[in-house]
Amino acid sequence: MSEELVRLSAADLAERIAARDVSAVEVAQAHLDRVAAVDDRVHAFLHVNSEGALAQARRVDAGEVTGPLAGVPLALKDVIVARGMPATAGSRILEGWHPPYDATIVERMHEAGIVVLGKTNMDEFAMGSSTEHSAYGPTHNPWDLSRTPGGSGGGSSAAVASYEAPLGIGTDTGGSIRQPAAVTGTVGAKPTYGGVSRYGLIAFSSSLDQAGPCARTVLDAALLHAVIAGHDPRDSTSIDAPVPDVVSAARSAEVSGVRIGVVSQFKGEGYQPGVLARFDEAVATLEKMGAEIVEVSCPHFDYALPAYYLIAPSEASSNLARYDAMRYGLRVGDDDVRSAEEVMALTRDAGFGDEVKRRIILGTYALSAGYYDAYYGQAQKVRTLIARDFSDAFAKADVLVSPTTPTTAFSLGERLDDPLAMYLADLCTIPSNLYGGPAMSVPCGLSSDDGLPVGFQVMAPVMADERMYRVAAAVEAALGTDRLLEQAPAL
Amino acid sequence: MTDDELDHLAGQLSVILGAVARVQEVAAADIAPTSHAVPLTNVFRTDTPQPCLTAEESLAGAPAAEDGRFRVPQILGDPQ
Repeated sequence: MSEELVRLSAADLAERIAARDVSAVEVAQAHLDRVAAVDDRVHAFLHVNSEGALAQARRVDAGEVTGPLAGVPLALKDVIVARGMPATAGSRILEGWHPPYDATIVERMHEAGIVVLGKTNMDEFAMGSSTEHSAYGPTHNPWDLSRTPGGSGGGSSAAVASYEAPLGIGTDTGGSIRQPAAVTGTVGAKPTYGGVSRYGLIAFSSSLDQAGPCARTVLDAALLHAVIAGHDPRDSTSIDAPVPDVVSAARSAEVSGVRIGVVSQFKGEGYQPGVLARFDEAVATLEKMGAEIVEVSCPHFDYALPAYYLIAPSEASSNLARYDAMRYGLRVGDDDVRSAEEVMALTRDAGFGDEVKRRIILGTYALSAGYYDAYYGQAQKVRTLIARDFSDAFAKADVLVSPTTPTTAFSLGERLDDPLAMYLADLCTIPSNLYGGPAMSVPCGLSSDDGLPVGFQVMAPVMADERMYRVAAAVEAALGTDRLLEQAPAL
Repeated sequence: MTDDELDHLAGQLSVILGAVARVQEVAAADIAPTSHAVPLTNVFRTDTPQPCLTAEESLAGAPAAEDGRFRVPQILGDPQ
């Protein structure tokens, strides 16, 4: 019974709970049991919220809350704050901190009856592409425990892929929802920037960060998207406009007459042949379903990665200045003799890991007088040109598509001491963050080279999130990839 | 940071800086910079009192607190 429950989709679970075929408490307990059984090997969770989850499930069973996802369990990335649970953002500097408030999306999920099972592992402050930069040890990819689940949101994606939760929340600054989704054979969507509130999201790069859904099916991702999206007065960058109808789009999967632009920059050297083969097949499938395929060129996408690795560290160097050992979090070396400045330096040295230090140093350098114009200023101009490439491309195509990642899941340790190789994992996902438009990854099969999942990325114009769900749902329906995880080895 | 740590990071940072300097290849002299994806200006809310954290809640995560305030190491001059 319990084994069967954890394999159901969020939509099916919600339906069965609403019909009283099964109680929300049974569903929550089944998932908590699954976490207890497999998480010693996967290490998706940093904190398991057993009591809170069961209490919320009882509310659903008592009929206090209803809705399309009432009673469905969810894995929450540890960069989102929620009362009653610690929040570390994968960093030692926040170890043991209990946030005194809820993120807006946490409030919305609570009101929708979603059951938060716990907080998931991530690269420290969401800086990384493998979850190995977590201060609490890496997460393992359920397809092959010796490989990474991607990052930074590897915990949420691995939890979804290993049937510990049907839904997850991730955050995507340069690909941290989509890249883990791609390499774990799951679905992950980055909504339009401003489409989902950032209130209560621990900031990394404020002009790029965006929270979004992780799931095993496109419909489940859309259902969660609909719960968390919408204007929030507490986030000044939140867009005050109706939420795109992503649920209807995911149910329709109709692509006849849709113009699909294949980005010519995202292929060739550095791309794994098995990844490109699956991607090409998915495009051919969409064409058979009646979509019109056009090739589009976005020449400045070649500069998206370097522009991103100037803009994001620059913003991070400013955002992370708040970890000053004074008001919350770690404090090291306070002996009543050392000055506040000395305590700050000791605390930040002890509390931050290598990748965070690299980025703070890089960002501070890029923003410093004398280098500002050549680095940060120039990167912002490139950002303008990338947005123009998108506008030009969307004149010819309704959505753009590419592989989500150049390769399948890489091995633990493989890129840990080679930051540039690590950064390449986000080559195809970064442009949408710089532009602000929505983008998602849906599985398109297994690579013939290594038998690991391949992600298909769909990018859409700002506030046209429904378009990407429609195309992703078509890929999923045609290729049957909502059942791809059945091919993963048993844990 | 220790000298060993600095030596290790310095080499990596040179490589990263060399790679990101590629943005300088783009001819963009007459291009306006983009700092933000959504063009929003002057976002205001009405100035009405809202519930907020109590002093106790605000101090709950503090490394040190005293008399309802954050207790911090000396900022100016010698320790008291």
